[in-house]
Amino acid sequence: MDFYAGLAQVIGIHTLLGLSAYCVLLTGQVSIAQAGFFAIGAYTAGVMTVIGDAHILTAIVTGAAAAGVVAALIGFPALRVRGLMLVVATVAFGEAVRLLFFNFTWRVEKDGVMVGPTGTEGFRQIRYFPENGWSTLDVTLLIWAVTALVLAALWWMDRSRAGAVLRATGADELAAQSVGVSITAVKVSAMAIGGVIAGLGGGLYAHVTTHIEHAQFGVMLATFAIAYPILGGLSSVFGTVLAVIFVQGFLIEGLRFMGDWRNLLFGALIVLAMNLRPSGLLDAQGLRVLGNLFKRKERGHA
Amino acid sequence: MLEVSGLVKHFGGVKAVDGIDFTVQAGEIFGLIGPNGSGKSTTVNLVCGVFAPTAGTIRIEGRDITRLQPHGRVAAGIARTFQNIRLFGELTVWENLWVADNRQGGIRRWLASGQRIRSEMGEILEFAGLAHRRDTLAGALSFGEQRRLELARAVAARPRVLLLDEPAAGMNLEEVEQLRQRILELRARGLTVLLVEHVMELVMGVTDRIAVLNFGRKIAEGTPSQIQNDPLVREAYLGVNEEADAAH
Repeated sequence: MDFYAGLAQVIGIHTLLGLSAYCVLLTGQVSIAQAGFFAIGAYTAGVMTVIGDAHILTAIVTGAAAAGVVAALIGFPALRVRGLMLVVATVAFGEAVRLLFFNFTWRVEKDGVMVGPTGTEGFRQIRYFPENGWSTLDVTLLIWAVTALVLAALWWMDRSRAGAVLRATGADELAAQSVGVSITAVKVSAMAIGGVIAGLGGGLYAHVTTHIEHAQFGVMLATFAIAYPILGGLSSVFGTVLAVIFVQGFLIEGLRFMGDWRNLLFGALIVLAMNLRPSGLLDAQGLRVLGNLFKRKERGHA
Repeated sequence: MLEVSGLVKHFGGVKAVDGIDFTVQAGEIFGLIGPNGSGKSTTVNLVCGVFAPTAGTIRIEGRDITRLQPHGRVAAGIARTFQNIRLFGELTVWENLWVADNRQGGIRRWLASGQRIRSEMGEILEFAGLAHRRDTLAGALSFGEQRRLELARAVAARPRVLLLDEPAAGMNLEEVEQLRQRILELRARGLTVLLVEHVMELVMGVTDRIAVLNFGRKIAEGTPSQIQNDPLVREAYLGVNEEADAAH
């Protein structure tokens, strides 16, 4: 049971990470900075509960806000570069954030024990959940409440005019500008929203693992973040969820019995999945099929 | 309505536009013609803000918009179509118009649900003959339909001046006639039109006045019949020197 609860937690947190890349990707920007925003959320929220004695929700929201502000600030210089240059610039930013936390030490004495982020050793004892008597199930429910909220908000945004504007910007910036869309506003907003979502995920992650360190927020995590929406397809937020379940549930946990062969198969299966479903696991056609299923059911009830 | 004065654009050493002046009156259909490479497309891109001019000013209703970004010029009342169609192919016909529907309305309009403004956009779709294609992906439309959707999308941005960059390119005569009717209808609804075009059947049949460009300069301006009889224009288009012609 604990195994499945743990897996559900990982899937929820990685879904947030994937969704943060999803809304940036809609505007045509490939950002490898999402792990950096995730780290900012994690450290900020951790410091809030451990040193600031804040409530978990206050801490997570503050962490998300901090990540969002940094993401918006990154959004402006990112406007000037695109394509591969943006990838390089965002990788550089992500590494800068990681190195910042590599060097970040803020020790405070609490009940005779020194707590807080400690540079290379990382940030240990983020023990809000155990200290306040949260069970594994409570934590899992919190993670999925936040994830479901973000999913619902993005789903709604996708279907509103904002979604059409984001996609139009991603498809053809010049055409979007010439019908009155401000590229600056759209791209910076997408970056900020992505930062907030990654920050939410980071704040939850810090409290679930209770121990974070710089090495967890490297390029590998950023690659996962961008891989989820690409693998899942950009037709809807549920493609990203499906991709996280596929990668975390099936490829990483499901294939654990294969031992050292797992990593080899992991890569091969991702290549296979992308070849079989080139426009994502859940593409526009898949959505239409699902939509028709639901419609038929509704008609059946009526 | 639209006032272009002393417009200059140099690309490195190439003087693509080399001092152009023209004024489009409110409610007018104004043609801009010239041989290939004469500076027509560059002029359109300068007016829309794709390029910043080397020198000169662009005014709309007396307001200087030379330094505005492209989206700011849409707010100021200019919308355009593209010579090579640039639709959002992955969005539906309806969503293409939705993106263009930029009127001020605050966050509520930004997040407004589709249904509420469907009827407003439906009228524009009707006008473009695309009502039956509302939920088709723009990329799946035929060439003629894509041209019509580009026109509809520009209209959906609710401009006062509409820039049409070679809208008849690749059309057959029947389609050109339909386009001519649509342009006249837009004018009847109060729009001012700047038409950049190669297809003479359209230019001569719909415009009130025409400016002719050659090598980045304006060589003539006048009514269609004046332009058709202008020796400089004939020389630019036919490459014929009338005197040398007479000597034969």
